[in-house]
Amino acid sequence: MEAVAFYIFAVLITGLFLITAMSKNILYAMSSLAAGMVLISGLFFILGADFLGAVQLVVYSGAIMALYAFGMMFFDATRDVKEKNSSGAVVFLLSGLSAVILVAIFAAPSIGKGIKPLVTGAAGVDNPHAIGEVLFTKYLIPFEVAAVMLLVAMIAGIILASKKMDKSLSEVYVDALPEVEEKEQK
Amino acid sequence: MTLTLTHYLVLSAILFSIGIAGVLRRKNLLMLFFATEIMLNAANIAFAAISSYIGDLSGQMFALFIIAIAASEVAVGLGLLILIYKKYGTLDLDKFTVMKG
Repeated sequence: MEAVAFYIFAVLITGLFLITAMSKNILYAMSSLAAGMVLISGLFFILGADFLGAVQLVVYSGAIMALYAFGMMFFDATRDVKEKNSSGAVVFLLSGLSAVILVAIFAAPSIGKGIKPLVTGAAGVDNPHAIGEVLFTKYLIPFEVAAVMLLVAMIAGIILASKKMDKSLSEVYVDALPEVEEKEQK
Repeated sequence: MTLTLTHYLVLSAILFSIGIAGVLRRKNLLMLFFATEIMLNAANIAFAAISSYIGDLSGQMFALFIIAIAASEVAVGLGLLILIYKKYGTLDLDKFTVMKG
């Protein structure tokens, strides 16, 4: 039963992410990315990582995709993206090779025989409970650092996005265009 | 037929290579960001799978921190994208070439 669910999820995720990586339309790419992330949380639930699945749903497909959706309002999302692609076969070969090598390097130790789990968490409790105990004992300092990092990122996002907010975007856009053209002529 | 760790690692490798291919061939900055998200998610799958099959919670912790890092990366990155769009009026990477070589 788990295998059936895994294969369905795997095929769907691969297809959706292929659409994300290949599509010419930003809107299609973003929606397929969001759908793929929802399905990835399904994989986490199969693995028994309930808390991680819930976080994936809330943070990734909730917050991050909403952020992208809001960010897209600044850009022209209805037009197709024109991209000049050269040597597609080389790109695919290179990316496939490097990904396989990377995954092999980092996953090879985990397939080995003599591995003992270091952080097992409390026995006999469900996954969110165990995660909470480990997160607030062994990983407390990284947790606090992550909190500070999120605060810094929030302030940076506000400051970066609010520059020249008093001018309308089309106004700035018209001002900026001649500069680019002059640069190209030089 | 039972699921093994290899199933998840193969899926993770496939998704990761899709992400790398996206990063290498995309010329639009926003699409480039989407491709990096795909790579982060592939790494998350591998972490969660290894953590679950070995019985060690550290992998899930790492995946949690990766998600936090991805969230802050998107916040800062989108701010920068909006600035770039205001300056150049486009998100095409080929238009940003300043150096003549």
